[in-house]
Amino acid sequence: MNDTLKRLLGPEGPEIGCDECFERLDEYVDAELEAGPAAADAAIPGMAEHLDGCPACAEDHRSLRELVAAEDS
Amino acid sequence: MESLDMHTALCGTGPRREDAVRELHALLLRAARFEVGRRRAALSHVRGEELDDIAMQAADDALMAVLRKLDTYRGQSRFTTWAYKFALLEAGVRLRRRAWQEREVVLEPDSWTALAERAQGPAEQAESSELLASIVEAIRDDISPHQRCVLLALAVDGVPIDVLAERLGTTRGALYKTLHDARRKLRAGVNR
Repeated sequence: MNDTLKRLLGPEGPEIGCDECFERLDEYVDAELEAGPAAADAAIPGMAEHLDGCPACAEDHRSLRELVAAEDS
Repeated sequence: MESLDMHTALCGTGPRREDAVRELHALLLRAARFEVGRRRAALSHVRGEELDDIAMQAADDALMAVLRKLDTYRGQSRFTTWAYKFALLEAGVRLRRRAWQEREVVLEPDSWTALAERAQGPAEQAESSELLASIVEAIRDDISPHQRCVLLALAVDGVPIDVLAERLGTTRGALYKTLHDARRKLRAGVNR
């Protein structure tokens, strides 16, 4: 039930939309892998909130992060 | 070829560019196959040959998108990371649509009544039950029938946003805006 409530209400803070998320996803992932999640969140405000509220963008984010991390290792 | 070298070669002409395009396609195909691999378990009913085709189509379309948008690359990330996202998006959209191909998407603005019944369910915690009851009230009173349909399909029924966008003839961005506006009204309604 808590998941349903979360999906219904969405993230609390300001968030970017799907188009801007895609535009900046590469920048966010490289920052995450190079400097950590906090630095990535600071570089692109509203991205973490959007990823929390949009399952499709969250999947794209997970895939890109896993792929880049695998290529780097 | 290093990431920046590839970008430089793609912006050029002649045999060096042709080599770079071939290398880029191979890179995008690797990304598309990576995405297919991640989702293979959820698509066990789909033949391997079809999944290979999906990966190839995703890589082909991603190649076109990358070449078309080459001049928008600003160097804020590695060029390969920038390029990969196009292949992952193309593959992800195709795979989500394939997973829902035989499934009906029912858009029924009155289906929120099922949520009202869940709010009264004996298994629910009192606190979340109360919150759900306020949400149900806001769904009924504060949002439009279109917002209600979109909210319920995405947040309750779990329809992927690009599947819903395709069925409604709209875009993912436009649908998310509708969802975002509906959620904002729900939160305002709950905090009243």
